[in-house]
Amino acid sequence: MKYSLFLGCTIPARSRNYELSARAVASQFGMEFIDIEEFSCCGFPLEASDEMGGILLAARNLALAEERGLEICSLCSACTSMLTKTAYRLNREKELKDKVNVELAKVGREYKGTVRVRHFARILIEDIGLERIRKSVKRDLKGLKAATHYGCHYLKPSYIYEGFDDPQDPKTLEQILEAVGVINVQYKRKKDCCGGPVLLSDEAVALNVAGEKLKYVKEAGADIMNLVCPFCDLMFDSNQKGIEAEYGIELNIPVLYLPQILGLAMGLGRKELGLNLNSVNTKDLTARLEV
Amino acid sequence: MKKISSQSSDLDFIKELDSSEFIGGFKGCLACRTCTSGCPVHRADNEYDPLRIIRMLTLGLKNELLGGNMIWLCSDCYTCQENCPMGIKVTDIINHLKNMATSEKNTPIGVSTQEKLLKDQGKIYIIDNFDNKKRAKAGLPSLPEINEEAKKLLEKE
Repeated sequence: MKYSLFLGCTIPARSRNYELSARAVASQFGMEFIDIEEFSCCGFPLEASDEMGGILLAARNLALAEERGLEICSLCSACTSMLTKTAYRLNREKELKDKVNVELAKVGREYKGTVRVRHFARILIEDIGLERIRKSVKRDLKGLKAATHYGCHYLKPSYIYEGFDDPQDPKTLEQILEAVGVINVQYKRKKDCCGGPVLLSDEAVALNVAGEKLKYVKEAGADIMNLVCPFCDLMFDSNQKGIEAEYGIELNIPVLYLPQILGLAMGLGRKELGLNLNSVNTKDLTARLEV
Repeated sequence: MKKISSQSSDLDFIKELDSSEFIGGFKGCLACRTCTSGCPVHRADNEYDPLRIIRMLTLGLKNELLGGNMIWLCSDCYTCQENCPMGIKVTDIINHLKNMATSEKNTPIGVSTQEKLLKDQGKIYIIDNFDNKKRAKAGLPSLPEINEEAKKLLEKE
C-alpha cells in the first residue's frame, strides 16, 4: 500500500508530533509513504480571497501525485477538503479544468483527473480496517476517556466525500478509538467547529468558539481530546492556556492527534509519537499508562 | 443594527450569482433559520447571521454585503450548508462573496497578509535550516525553504 503523503504548510512547521506519530503508525500497518518535495500549500488559505489561485495550487499538487501514479494521503482536514473539492470540481466543470490546465502547462504540469485524495483516518478505516487496528493493540489504555473533535473539513462539505461517514452523526474516528480500547465520551457541541478560520478576521470570536467546546469536554469528564487536523489542534492545544486565562477557567486537557493515541495503544513510546511536543503537558497521561 | 435602504438593490448582482453553475441557486430560501440556529459563530457573536446574508443576497444588497465585515466572520464550517433543507450551498456562497469583496479591496488584513505570504513563498511557513535540522534529528525528510514553482504559477495567474 503506497501513498503520497501530503503534509501541507502547518504540519512540517508546527505539528511535527502529528507527522511523527502518523508516520510511525502507518509504518506499523505496512503503509508506505512517498514524500513529494515539490508539493506546495494545498491552496485552502487562498479560497476566500483568490479562489482561482487556490484551485491552481490544489490542481498542481494533484498533478504531482498523478504523474507518479499515486493517490494522496493527507493529514490535515483543510488540505484534504481543498484537494478533494478541486478534483471534484475539475472532474465536473470542463471549462474550469481547461482554464486550469492552460495555467499548469506554463509550469510544465497537467491535471488529468485520475488521482484520489483521502484523509489518513479514512485510509485507516477503509484500507487497514477496524479488525487489523484491533489486533494491533499491545498496551492496555486503562479505560482512557477521550472526547473526539471531528472538525469540519474531515467530512464536509459532504457532497465531495462520496458518502464517507455522516457529518450529521459522525462515527469513524470513535470507531478507531473504540477498536484500541479507548472509552468515547459524548459532550455538548461535539460537531461544532474549532473556530480556527475566524482567527484571521476576529480573534476574540475564534477563541470564544474554541473555549466553549473545551468547557464541554471538561464537563464531560474526558481525560484527553482526540483530533485529526492541525488547525483544530492550534485552537485547542496551543491556545488552551490563553483560553484558560481569558475565561478564568482551569482546563488542563491534553489534546492528542489520533495517531498519537493509536501509537500509545500499539506500544510505541513518547518520543516516537512526539508526545513531548504537545503544548498541554502529556507527562501525567503517559505516566498513568506506564509509557 | 443600522438601517439599510432597499433603494440600493443591485439586480445584476443577484443574476450573476444565481446563474453560477457551481453555486446552483439560492432563491429557494425558506427563511426557516435552520442555518443560523446551528451556526457556532452566531452563538459566539449574534451579529453574525448566515440567514441575514442569504436574505441580503436575495434582495441584491451588494454594497452592504461586500463592504461589511459580516461575511468574514464565517468560519467555513459548512454546518449551515449541510443543514439547509433546500440544499442551498450557503457556505460556498459566502466564500464566493468573500472573493467578490476582495476584488473590491475589502479584505481583513490577516487574510491579505496570508495571501501575500503564499504568493511570495508558495507555502505559508518557510522551512529554514533550523527547521530542517530539527526534522533531521527526528528522522523526518528535509523540505525546501520555499516552493518556487508554486510561486511562479501564482505570478502568472
